[in-house]
Amino acid sequence: MRYIRPLSIEDAVGQLAGSAGTAAILAGGSDLLVRMKGGFGEPELIVDIKAIDGLSEIRETAEGFSIGAAVPCAVLGENTDLKKAWPGVVEAAKLIGSKQVQGRCTIVGNLCNASPAADSVPALVAAGAKAVVVGPAGRRTIPVQSVPTAPGKTSLAKGEIIEAILLDKREPRSGDAYLRFIPRTEMDIAVVSAGVNLTLDEHGVVKSARVALGAVAATVLLVEEAAEVLIGSRLDEATLERLAKVCAGACRPIDDKRGTIEFRRKVAGVLAQRAATSAYARAGGK
Amino acid sequence: MNFDPRFSGRKFTSVGTRPIRPDGIDKVTGRARYGADFNMAGQLVGRVLRSPHAHARIVKIDTSKAEKLAGVKAVITAADLPDLTDGDAAMYDVLDNCMARTKALYDGHAVAAVAAIDARTARQALKLIEIEYELLPHVTDVDEAAKHTAPLINDAIFTEGLEEKPVKPSNVTKRSQFGHGDVHQGFGQADFIVERSFKTEQTHQGYIEPHACVANFSSDGTADLWVCTQGHFVYRQHCAQLLGMEASKLRVTSSEIGGGFGGKTHVWAEPVALALSRKAGRPVKLVMTRDEVFRASGPTSATSIDVKIGARKDGTITAAEATLRYSCGPYAGSWAEIGAMTAFACYKLDNVKTVGYEVLVNRPKTAAYRAPSAPMAAFAVESAVDELAKKIGMDPVDFRIKNAAQEGTRSSYGPVYGPIGIGPTLEAVKSHPHMKAPLGKNQGRGMACGFWFNFGGQTCTDLNIGMDGSVSLAVGTVDVGGSRASLSLVAAEELGIDYSQVKAIVADTSSLGYNDMTDGSRGTFSSSMATISAARNAIKILRERAAQMWDIAVDDVVWEKGHAIARGEKHGNLGKLSLKEIAVESGKTGGPIAGHSELVADGAGVSFATHICDIEVDPDTGATRVIRYTVVQDAGKAVHPTYVEGQYQGGAAQGIGWALNEEYIYGKDGRLQNAGFLDYRIPVCSDLPMIDTQILEIPNPNHPYGVRGVGETSIVPPLAAIANAVSNAAGVRMTHIPMSPPRILAAIEAEREWSK
Repeated sequence: MRYIRPLSIEDAVGQLAGSAGTAAILAGGSDLLVRMKGGFGEPELIVDIKAIDGLSEIRETAEGFSIGAAVPCAVLGENTDLKKAWPGVVEAAKLIGSKQVQGRCTIVGNLCNASPAADSVPALVAAGAKAVVVGPAGRRTIPVQSVPTAPGKTSLAKGEIIEAILLDKREPRSGDAYLRFIPRTEMDIAVVSAGVNLTLDEHGVVKSARVALGAVAATVLLVEEAAEVLIGSRLDEATLERLAKVCAGACRPIDDKRGTIEFRRKVAGVLAQRAATSAYARAGGK
Repeated sequence: MNFDPRFSGRKFTSVGTRPIRPDGIDKVTGRARYGADFNMAGQLVGRVLRSPHAHARIVKIDTSKAEKLAGVKAVITAADLPDLTDGDAAMYDVLDNCMARTKALYDGHAVAAVAAIDARTARQALKLIEIEYELLPHVTDVDEAAKHTAPLINDAIFTEGLEEKPVKPSNVTKRSQFGHGDVHQGFGQADFIVERSFKTEQTHQGYIEPHACVANFSSDGTADLWVCTQGHFVYRQHCAQLLGMEASKLRVTSSEIGGGFGGKTHVWAEPVALALSRKAGRPVKLVMTRDEVFRASGPTSATSIDVKIGARKDGTITAAEATLRYSCGPYAGSWAEIGAMTAFACYKLDNVKTVGYEVLVNRPKTAAYRAPSAPMAAFAVESAVDELAKKIGMDPVDFRIKNAAQEGTRSSYGPVYGPIGIGPTLEAVKSHPHMKAPLGKNQGRGMACGFWFNFGGQTCTDLNIGMDGSVSLAVGTVDVGGSRASLSLVAAEELGIDYSQVKAIVADTSSLGYNDMTDGSRGTFSSSMATISAARNAIKILRERAAQMWDIAVDDVVWEKGHAIARGEKHGNLGKLSLKEIAVESGKTGGPIAGHSELVADGAGVSFATHICDIEVDPDTGATRVIRYTVVQDAGKAVHPTYVEGQYQGGAAQGIGWALNEEYIYGKDGRLQNAGFLDYRIPVCSDLPMIDTQILEIPNPNHPYGVRGVGETSIVPPLAAIANAVSNAAGVRMTHIPMSPPRILAAIEAEREWSK
């Protein structure tokens, strides 16, 4: 096993592209090291990206926020502007693992680990976040939901690294929220989760909406039908009822050790309702 | 031995205070040495290869490739642990469980082991061992396994305890029965009857420290073993027997222990580590991973229990009956029998009958878990008792008070009770402010009672007085819950000196006589008795030495508050002699001063507890939150109240985890799916409220200070108390533990459908 710590993204890309055997990117290591310790294989090359210039920063630009791939989730919670603009994304990142894990883990790692139960992903998908991908062929920007393709699999090509996550500048009267269901209070993995992102008009009517569900299919689901239910509403009881029904219907869950199909369907609807209500309040809706 | 263990009703100076424990600072600073913290020069890493199959015949094992790998120093299979058990069936099971002989009986069953120069080489070597398995049909569910059509796990087992000897083998190894009176007649007198079936899933003790040991087998045939255990003397016996050694040739030293709860009363890795060391000629360290702990140590039984209780309108129970099926893993056990004994132990019953069935399944061998078997029986019985109280229209506490066992009651399992605490704990609960506190929306309150026998057993203790007057106390019961502090208090009390003058240690197996394990809540009960006895023997010598120093008759010397005092008018001019003054002179008055004690601590007083619990249930998701929890339990006498409270809280915490989320989940393939703390959900700190405790002290007449064991009873009521609370909050009776959110939500939804 070889461990390297490149100083530039180009070097990192070059090393990954040129590696003959299995290679892994190390940021927080909260998935990689656990896998290695558990005996699930040892990569031949580990590329630690934490020393790369700029990757450990959150930048606020005219377009919004750029969150570097090596920024630990705990740092997201310490950025007041980001928290104010995207409270749902930050609360999702701050649910991963434990306090100690949050000091290491990153949202890019969470995305590229490609678990359908990843906490930050439904929030990022609901937020319409984009990923900046750097590879041998240059830079491209893609929507985050196109990164995971199946449990443990991503659309990234050999040599490609996600450099940063981009979040748009907020329109007025916007709010997002993320909720997950776990049997414990912390240190757990989502059985079902929901992220909702809303923008209201001056009258408190939902103008645009995005609804994402986690742990109910092989990848995080962006449920457009659920967004349509919300748009044009003030989140009255009938709307929420329909939202729950649509979300439950959109799920393609499985029975496993963490929950049953029926449980996941029902709770996906309940969480979507609660996340929508919270996002609506954050957007200033009454 | 002429030692009087009877309760004397004395006033205490040290006992009942709360000093800092002698092992505390090293534990919080990380200096304390646990099982994996021992190391030796030249030590090898031991690793175990485990069956991935639930049930398979081992056709062939080829270890030749592993043996050839550079850095591998020994590879062993069952052939290296030959059967020396000489017809001892229970020990044969232990041996087979340590290393599968002809069949792998569960996912995780050890089939081979290696010792290598490092962990990486050892892991590689395991991959090079080739095993040919012939897969056999398996069964993991207790009810399925009890059926006639179930795959047989051991075709040499015929159910014991039946009136006629069965002609066909069965997975049911034994039937046991307890009770008295005539239940049929009793149910005939009942105005109300509740009859229900319950299930509980298998849980693990969840101790944070995995099993770990270092074995060092010398070429002269003697060996040392450093190990994390609840009973190093028992480990010595078992390991010596399995390896064909004389017990005295194996010295076992117990490490600090990061939790045991019954799970460290059984050898798994230790004989394997010794066999590896014997073959390799070097020390071997063997530490289980968490995955191995879950798959291959000893969880508690999964159960299926039917209960029927009848009562008259006035609230008098007329008859009570239960049938209990407990899983044992693939080896015979007596788990259902204990469940059947404890089920109705809290009540005064004219007609009672319990029947237990021990059931073999393709799961790891069941081991003790804190008051083993009692929590599940209490869950079923106390749920039915609650329901019956409701049916009659009585308050659940009053209903229990009316039927509670008392001094003189013949218990449901046979013996007649002495002074007991079930009534007082119920009265204390009835007047506890918790019972009157208002409940919020979606919240429910539940309460339940629990019983545990407690145990005494063989105990040996040495008390040595140094020439500076300080006292070393060497005990043979492993300290799992603060017993070194408690026993130091007892030595200080008896000798009349300060706690700080006493230093207690757990001695190794070559330094002290045999001790039973720290199980059955016996650590402080039995070792305090032996400590009192040893201290009294030391006092006798101290008096003799004082008499010698004064040159008077020993009968004229009494021991009071740490001093020898000459009694009688003619000695009026003699001052008193302190323990230290006598100790300083000991070299001139006959040599070292010590007190020893070897005894069987009989008369462990039975213990009762009543718990109260408030739960909030989210009706839309089935999520639960424990809002408030109160434990009321009889301690006899709380030697160190802080550690008594710790035991009460710990039992409640484990019970909360068991009741709400913990369970072994097996796939259709018979493999354990959640062998880790992510998906085997013990509670984290934020899952628990502050657990309030109330210590009652109803002295045990068979202990000089009135002490009863306190460690186990606290896990008996929680499953039932929580189930009653959840049932009250959700408006539907919960009959399957754990009450995980999917189970609660499904029950709520079914109730909604039904009431439409």
